[in-house]
Amino acid sequence: MFNSNTLSPQRNDFFLLWTLRSLSLIGGALSLLILLFIVFESSSVIQEIGGLSFFTDASWYPKEGLFNLVPMLAASLLAAFGAALLAAPLGILVGVFCNFYAPQSLAWFYRRCIDLLAGIPSVVYGFWGLVFLVPWIGSLRPPGASLISGIIILTIMILPTMAMTADAIFRTTSKSQLKSASALGFSKWSIIYKIVFPAARKNLFAGFILQIGRALGETMAILMVCGNVVQLPKSFFDPVRTLTANMALEMAYATGQHRSALFVSGLLLLILVVGLVFIADFFEQDLRYD
Amino acid sequence: MKEKLTIQLIMALILFLPFNRVIASEQKLIITGSSTVAPLMLEIAKAFEKKNPGVRIDVQSGGSSRGLSDARSGLADIGMASRGLKPEESDLKNYVVALDGICIILNKNNPVVKLTDQQIIQIFKGEIKNWKQVGGLDAAITVVNKAEGRSTLELFEQYFKLKNSEIKASVVIGDNEQGIKTVSGNTNAIGYVSIGAAEYNVELGTPIKLLSMSGVLATTENIKLGLYPLSRPLNLVTKASPEGLQKKFIEFATSSEVNTLVQQQYFVPAKK
Repeated sequence: MFNSNTLSPQRNDFFLLWTLRSLSLIGGALSLLILLFIVFESSSVIQEIGGLSFFTDASWYPKEGLFNLVPMLAASLLAAFGAALLAAPLGILVGVFCNFYAPQSLAWFYRRCIDLLAGIPSVVYGFWGLVFLVPWIGSLRPPGASLISGIIILTIMILPTMAMTADAIFRTTSKSQLKSASALGFSKWSIIYKIVFPAARKNLFAGFILQIGRALGETMAILMVCGNVVQLPKSFFDPVRTLTANMALEMAYATGQHRSALFVSGLLLLILVVGLVFIADFFEQDLRYD
Repeated sequence: MKEKLTIQLIMALILFLPFNRVIASEQKLIITGSSTVAPLMLEIAKAFEKKNPGVRIDVQSGGSSRGLSDARSGLADIGMASRGLKPEESDLKNYVVALDGICIILNKNNPVVKLTDQQIIQIFKGEIKNWKQVGGLDAAITVVNKAEGRSTLELFEQYFKLKNSEIKASVVIGDNEQGIKTVSGNTNAIGYVSIGAAEYNVELGTPIKLLSMSGVLATTENIKLGLYPLSRPLNLVTKASPEGLQKKFIEFATSSEVNTLVQQQYFVPAKK
């Protein structure tokens, strides 16, 4: 953009260029510093007991020197995938409704409602879950605080962003294609099913993967409704503890090896999310630069 | 040129990092630690700031362990701990501000009114799984335990001589309020929280009830009299003998001037 070999160098360009460069350097450096910090904080316990212990220990009792993270890893993945699997079809249907079925005014109103849903802080969802959802599920199958409560809360939380993503993707569907299909006499549903969906498939999948990432990182609401017992769930009604809840519950009180082990759960979470972002990137087609 | 500036920027970033921490000054006190003590300390700090204009007191909660380690490392001027000091912590100075007890709570609709220590131990170990076995309804018991590291859990384990790995919890919670919400929303739950928090919620009409321990009613009155067994001191902790503002604050916080504040938080003023 600022090729100084062909254009005469300008002072303003020079300042702008270096301001932008340094700002982007800071942005990039921050995420790297966070990664370095987490690796550094978790390295002491990994050196002391070895990385394998986090997968082979009998259970998670950090004060007694047992550090198995597998049940929490499983809980995080189950809750996030479960929620994304529920939220994806709902979100896609909302997108279809807003773009192809709803009258303008209703679609506008509907989108604002979805925005509102996205704006509610997660702790509010958690609180609602704790005083309403958990007792209700508890009356079906005690104790109520369970994997299924977590999945339901997470579904409600990621639904709005899933819906907004789907909405945005459908809006970018080529208008000429839609018109041609109409002219050919396709029914509305055939257009959506045969033209819109295939065109949007990859981007929708990328959105789906990113929502899993978001669900993986959710903490407060999950902490309040999941029961936080460290175990591999045998059913949806068993309480579980996710990696994020583990950190939030114990970090404030942890010292030494225990603290370091909590950073290992953070590191694990980070690796999972980075993996998901790469997968999403692979599927996402220049949606961002439209 | 390019490399040089990049390196300078990185250096600047690295150099600035360690200085982010607030350095304690004469007119500012940083108090960190137990989430049980923090709300009380906030009130005391407000009263102290009113009496001494120009002084700022920063109270942060984060657990007794953090309070002790911050006091020791100098990150905080004063630490808060909701337990007595362990032998290996005797290098720190401690000042009792108030007393607190933890109590077993049940849902109000649970017909069980009394449990022996032995029964409580068996319930938390998962040896008694149904309320029927202790004279209640035929329903599975929901055991509510605290997350590892909490001083409430430590006190509970100490008193009942349990290890955390022996406790078969159905729900693990963080703070008192979450525990009370969990038990009030589940007829078959049993949990333990600070008496102060529990009494306060009973007054608000939250459907929970406090169980007696070894025949002694769980009330703030009985803690004051030293009768209630499951109680603990709420401490302020310093690294060395307090000086200046630090000393002034500790003297204020342990004086009878704060008794009303202590009682407002449903704690018990420490005996002088």
